[in-house]
Amino acid sequence: MKLLMLGWELPPHNSGGLGVACYHMAKALSDNGVDIDFVLPYSAEHPASEWMRVHASTDVRPRQRAESTLAYTASVGELRKIQAQYIDYVAQLVEDSPPDVIHAHDWLTMEAGMRAKEVSDAPLIVHVHATEFDRSASDNGNPLIHDIEYNGLMMADRIFAVSGITKSIIVQKYGIPADKIEVVHNAVDVSSFVEHEYDRATYRYIEHLRDEGHLVVSVLTRLTVQKGLTHFVRAAARASERYDRMVFLIAGDGEQRDELIALSAELGIADKVYFTGFIRGKQWRDAYSLSDVFVMSSVSEPFGLTALEAAHHDTALIISKQSGVGEVLSHILRYDYWDIDRLADQLVGIATSPALQSSLRIGVHNEYARLSWHDVAQRCLSHYDNLRHGVPA
Amino acid sequence: MTRGITLYLHIHQPWRVRQYSVFDTAHQHDYFAASDGTNRDNRAVFEKVADKSYRPMNDLLETLLERHPDFKVSLSITGVWLEQAEAWAPDIIAQLQRMVATGRVEIVAETYYHSLAFFYSQDEFTRQVQLHRDRIQELFGYQPTAFRNTELAYNDQLAQWADAAGYQTILAEGWDPVLEWRSPNYVYQPAGCDTTRLLLKNYRLSDDVAFRFGNRAWAEYPLDADKYNQWMEAAFAGDAPLVNLFMDYETFGEHQWEDTGIFSFFEHFVARWLASEENTFYTVTQAAQSSEPVGAISMPHTVTWADTERDLTAWLGNSMQHEAMRHLFALEDDVMRSGDLQLIGDWRRLSTSDHVYFMCTKWSNDGDVHAYFSPYDSPYDGFLYFMNALRDIRYRLMQHRSGGW
Repeated sequence: MKLLMLGWELPPHNSGGLGVACYHMAKALSDNGVDIDFVLPYSAEHPASEWMRVHASTDVRPRQRAESTLAYTASVGELRKIQAQYIDYVAQLVEDSPPDVIHAHDWLTMEAGMRAKEVSDAPLIVHVHATEFDRSASDNGNPLIHDIEYNGLMMADRIFAVSGITKSIIVQKYGIPADKIEVVHNAVDVSSFVEHEYDRATYRYIEHLRDEGHLVVSVLTRLTVQKGLTHFVRAAARASERYDRMVFLIAGDGEQRDELIALSAELGIADKVYFTGFIRGKQWRDAYSLSDVFVMSSVSEPFGLTALEAAHHDTALIISKQSGVGEVLSHILRYDYWDIDRLADQLVGIATSPALQSSLRIGVHNEYARLSWHDVAQRCLSHYDNLRHGVPA
Repeated sequence: MTRGITLYLHIHQPWRVRQYSVFDTAHQHDYFAASDGTNRDNRAVFEKVADKSYRPMNDLLETLLERHPDFKVSLSITGVWLEQAEAWAPDIIAQLQRMVATGRVEIVAETYYHSLAFFYSQDEFTRQVQLHRDRIQELFGYQPTAFRNTELAYNDQLAQWADAAGYQTILAEGWDPVLEWRSPNYVYQPAGCDTTRLLLKNYRLSDDVAFRFGNRAWAEYPLDADKYNQWMEAAFAGDAPLVNLFMDYETFGEHQWEDTGIFSFFEHFVARWLASEENTFYTVTQAAQSSEPVGAISMPHTVTWADTERDLTAWLGNSMQHEAMRHLFALEDDVMRSGDLQLIGDWRRLSTSDHVYFMCTKWSNDGDVHAYFSPYDSPYDGFLYFMNALRDIRYRLMQHRSGGW
């Protein structure tokens, strides 16, 4: 079977989880014998993706692309130019070599997906990793992007949503019939986690505090309003009132950083909160190993792959009820992102109960690895087949 | 009757903290060691200001001392400035020593570290003042008789401390809401003091030079010696005995660049002023003894020489600044007990008020001044680097305790 997959990034040139998910999904499909053309909006080497045909639809270098993607909420100009070239490229590609199925990831490629469907008449699957409602954490996202999402969802023959939460947003906000949407959770590829020797020296000072009995609570994320971090900091302050031996690692960078710094000072816990700035590689992996508790505090998180990475590193997880990854894990604590009392309770609970902490850690560690991309590929394949052969799902 | 100008210049450079991250804490203890040529690089900054301000202004002051027997000047020189000058520009110290040897240059006492310790720890404040006295004695063979607190941060308590410590003179801002109908151009008695006398900055005439001199948008631009002399005459009208001009030494050549004409303006003004028989210059202690106090002044609330508010909000206005100072001084006893001179010195360098000044978030006109002086991208960055350094101090203390040095 010949699959046209429309994506926006692939490792090592990814700025977030979208590239990782696309990569593993494509890899698992390829392992199942699917012949894949994967289109990207930039031009770069992808040495680990030689098992499929990776197409560069523009000659933009990855770094520029990452910047224009990050900037899209402010100004869509540059991004629209890249998208226009991407669409032209895809139209030509499907004319030369028609696919059996088109699989388009997120609004960034939805227009290209619609165009490809128009040219080739192949069925279109739109895969939603995040909606504009998630990215803006409000009902006031970019109206142009809302339009594109709406059209893409309407035109699609089938929609994959990355979680039940995302599915319900698509139904409620865009009025798409629920039975057109399939929940396809992300998975985790344990072998892709670089085997790494944890280096206690990276965060030596915090490790020192840990040796003295401090609980290390971490968030590893972009510091944006979508991530619910002001609630997290308030909960941290409340928890600290009741249990002093806790430190909070806020790893990552983003436009909310200054606000969070000022807030932690205002709440009198600045000394307990550690801001790493933007980190990757070893510092990133070591941050997981350092953590006793990983919190995903998102206001709206379609999935949240980093939680599975945290589980892999033997960490207890607290996941907001608004984060999709919580749907596939049971050995975790959950709270509504705004419920700082509840989060504070959970933090103090873990800090004061070694039994709770270890059962959470062990429980989720045994559970996360069962989520396999192979299963995701099987589900995709069965939907591809149904679409190709006209059998209603 | 003799009419005197009290020119007092403040010389200071902080040890700026480098971009000191979470990953440096507990690894590197070199908080002040940026060597990237940026405005965090203490040596680069010092050498730049030395060439633009310290050397040319010292030259001019020496010339004026030589040329005019009545010319006098008072200087406050922080210990942290002296450390940097000794390392990178010892010639400037030699020049200052020559000037002090004329007997017409008074050195004013203050905290060695240019800190706000007075508001956090009386013990540490007293120690830092003593350290400064010791250093001034070593370098200049001189025992100061006048006191100024960091940023001219003054209140009645401070004056009473200075009185008890035997200072003849103390300096403060001549701020209208405090003075009400009174003029800054007289000697005053600080409330509750027996011997210490109070000199108040004439901020209008001081700031004409320090802040406005080179500003082309200023209605009085350009300011020349004649015009300034007229304003000075006006200030002395009604038998006022003195005018106190207090400003940063770096006004000359750094805040106001040479091309504004600041040096030749000053040279001409001094000559112009001293051309009249009854005119002179005072050092601060001479000024305070030149006439009897005309009344007592009380400042129960702290007044500084900064910003339009003249309070401490540029240093202690937001919660980051309060947190930084709170955590710094929380370590005081442990740091002192360690007996580790390097550690004590580093901790004290972090007490320098500039560090919290760089965390200021007042984005008014004053905020522009703050941004101009800040070596960091933002106040938030400044705060993080400071806190990371402070944690490292704590780490070093823990190493001491566990004996694992």
